[in-house]
Amino acid sequence: MSDRPLVELTDLVKEFPVKGGVLQRQVATVNAVAGVTMSISRGETVGLVGESGCGKSTLGRLLTRLLEPTSGKIIFDGADITHLKGKQLKPFRRRVQIIFQDPYSSLDPRTQVGNSISEGLRLHGIGDKDERRDRVTKMLELVGLEAHHASRFPHEFSGGQRQRIGIARALILEPDFVVADEPVSALDVSVQAQVLNLLKELQSELDLTLLFIAHNLAVVEHISDRVAVMYLGRIAEITDRESLYKNPLHPYTEALLSAIPIPDPDRPRNRTILQGEVPSPIDPPSGCFFHPRCPIAVEGVCDVEVPQLEQSTTNADHLASCHVRTGRLAAKS
Amino acid sequence: MISRQKSIEILEAQSAQHDLLEKPLSQWRLTIRRFRGRTSGMVGLGIVTALILMAIFAPIIAPYPPNQVLIGKEDVGPRDPPCVHILGCDENTPQHIMGTDGNVRDEFSRVIYGARISLTLGFFTVTIALLVGSFFGAVAGYVGGWFDNIIMRIMDVILGFPSLLLAIAIVAVLGPGLENALIAIAIVAIPAYARVMRAQVLAIKESDYVQASIALGASSRQLLLRRVVPNALTPLVVLATLGVATAILEAAGLSFLGLGAQPPNPEWGSMLASERNNLFTAPHLVFFPGFAIMLTVLGFNLMGDGLRDALDPALNR
Repeated sequence: MSDRPLVELTDLVKEFPVKGGVLQRQVATVNAVAGVTMSISRGETVGLVGESGCGKSTLGRLLTRLLEPTSGKIIFDGADITHLKGKQLKPFRRRVQIIFQDPYSSLDPRTQVGNSISEGLRLHGIGDKDERRDRVTKMLELVGLEAHHASRFPHEFSGGQRQRIGIARALILEPDFVVADEPVSALDVSVQAQVLNLLKELQSELDLTLLFIAHNLAVVEHISDRVAVMYLGRIAEITDRESLYKNPLHPYTEALLSAIPIPDPDRPRNRTILQGEVPSPIDPPSGCFFHPRCPIAVEGVCDVEVPQLEQSTTNADHLASCHVRTGRLAAKS
Repeated sequence: MISRQKSIEILEAQSAQHDLLEKPLSQWRLTIRRFRGRTSGMVGLGIVTALILMAIFAPIIAPYPPNQVLIGKEDVGPRDPPCVHILGCDENTPQHIMGTDGNVRDEFSRVIYGARISLTLGFFTVTIALLVGSFFGAVAGYVGGWFDNIIMRIMDVILGFPSLLLAIAIVAVLGPGLENALIAIAIVAIPAYARVMRAQVLAIKESDYVQASIALGASSRQLLLRRVVPNALTPLVVLATLGVATAILEAAGLSFLGLGAQPPNPEWGSMLASERNNLFTAPHLVFFPGFAIMLTVLGFNLMGDGLRDALDPALNR
């Protein structure tokens, strides 16, 4: 197969208008995604972490083209799908799927589970009725449910079971790329582990490429090959799992990592506690979005210039957007 | 001891079998189960069922044709009070359990036949208003933008008038008569359905399961018909049930004013109107049609309330 990554994003931007006043005129814009460049190779799992409101889910929905980007480019398997519409998107829809966060709102309450799962097959005209039923049965068993569950309704299932149904629905079309938008954050911890392991198994079994969105670094560590950290609509740092957890470059990543609870009361903790709040994406700070809260920000540089994602000096696959660590201040020292 | 163990085994086997055989609980089954648990809703359903049966079997129940004038056929006069034999009325006078009206027709037969007119009118107006209103509401909510604005402003204009006044104006333009009253009442009722449908569609089209369908490749039409509308219908069912009551009341109002059903049609509202001057000399001629209107409206309202209670907790679950 080709070396070309399956998904390539170039400077992707999504702005939402903020309307106000009697006439509903646009008074401001929210930069939910403010220029994201990254690529995802075939078969790998990329974890995407960040605080609430940093644009993770928006990025996920842009990638599945549930939203149309304001600017930038999405290349999927060599084809530009950035601004495709309606019918043109249909072949793409078959290859890219999404798993939602809330299992209680992601299933149609009036549709039998089996019909929800087979919807994709129906929409793409795959198989006849019997074939579809067979595939639904197979899919249900694959995600750990039973064949007779197909005729039941969503309200008869628990949260974990519903999430399995959501996974079955997303995977029945045998997609190449799946965006999992916080698939376990609405579940109990014990169920989280089950669903995570299921996703991991399915990923290797079906040769999936996965973008795993979460706000929990521990969950991401379990499943990802590479991890991207997002802050206010931009990628702060992206690298393989080991380097991120052992050798974080961006000060924001350091702060996130130090916030992971460790079940050992004797272990000394040197926490990096961030000052202040996440700035509003309506009115983001100048320069590096992180500089007002950054412990190592350099005045005159970080508050003026926007840092680019740059390679670290020691590892070419380790990218961070920080003037001090990887940018021009790092090169000088 | 053995027999006891055996009976436990049998019980277990039965319950396991029962578990397997139990049908999946669809939303409708749950709703029916909850609806049954509510007395007021069941009373409403009872009244409505009785009225429908009465309307269907009117020729069997009614002792006389509704428009038959009994002068010269029986020994009765205009506006005779009710005469029920079991309640002590003289066996020699003919039985008219609701008396006779000003034209010497059997009031009871006319009230029975009146159910036909009122119920058909109620169902027809609500069906028209429901179809037209929810179509515009669904499209407005789904398409949005200027289309939404235009449709909803038109609806606001209709809502701006008091409904009976607007209905009178429409009938005045179209001319009096039952069909025109039906059209007028339907037009007046459209905005309520359009608004509720639009609000539902706006909420549902953002839900994750609709997004999932989009991601699977569903077209707008498929989304609207398969996902959005079926999930939006619940409150409309309630609204329609309550709407039948309003429509019947408005039809009676229009007929009372002489704009709806025309004599000699046995319509409750026009029956009230023709005898309103004799309220003190022949109160039964105003009481019985009025009571019939009240009972019908009460029945549909109770049923609608019961339906709403039964359907509400099922939402978003």
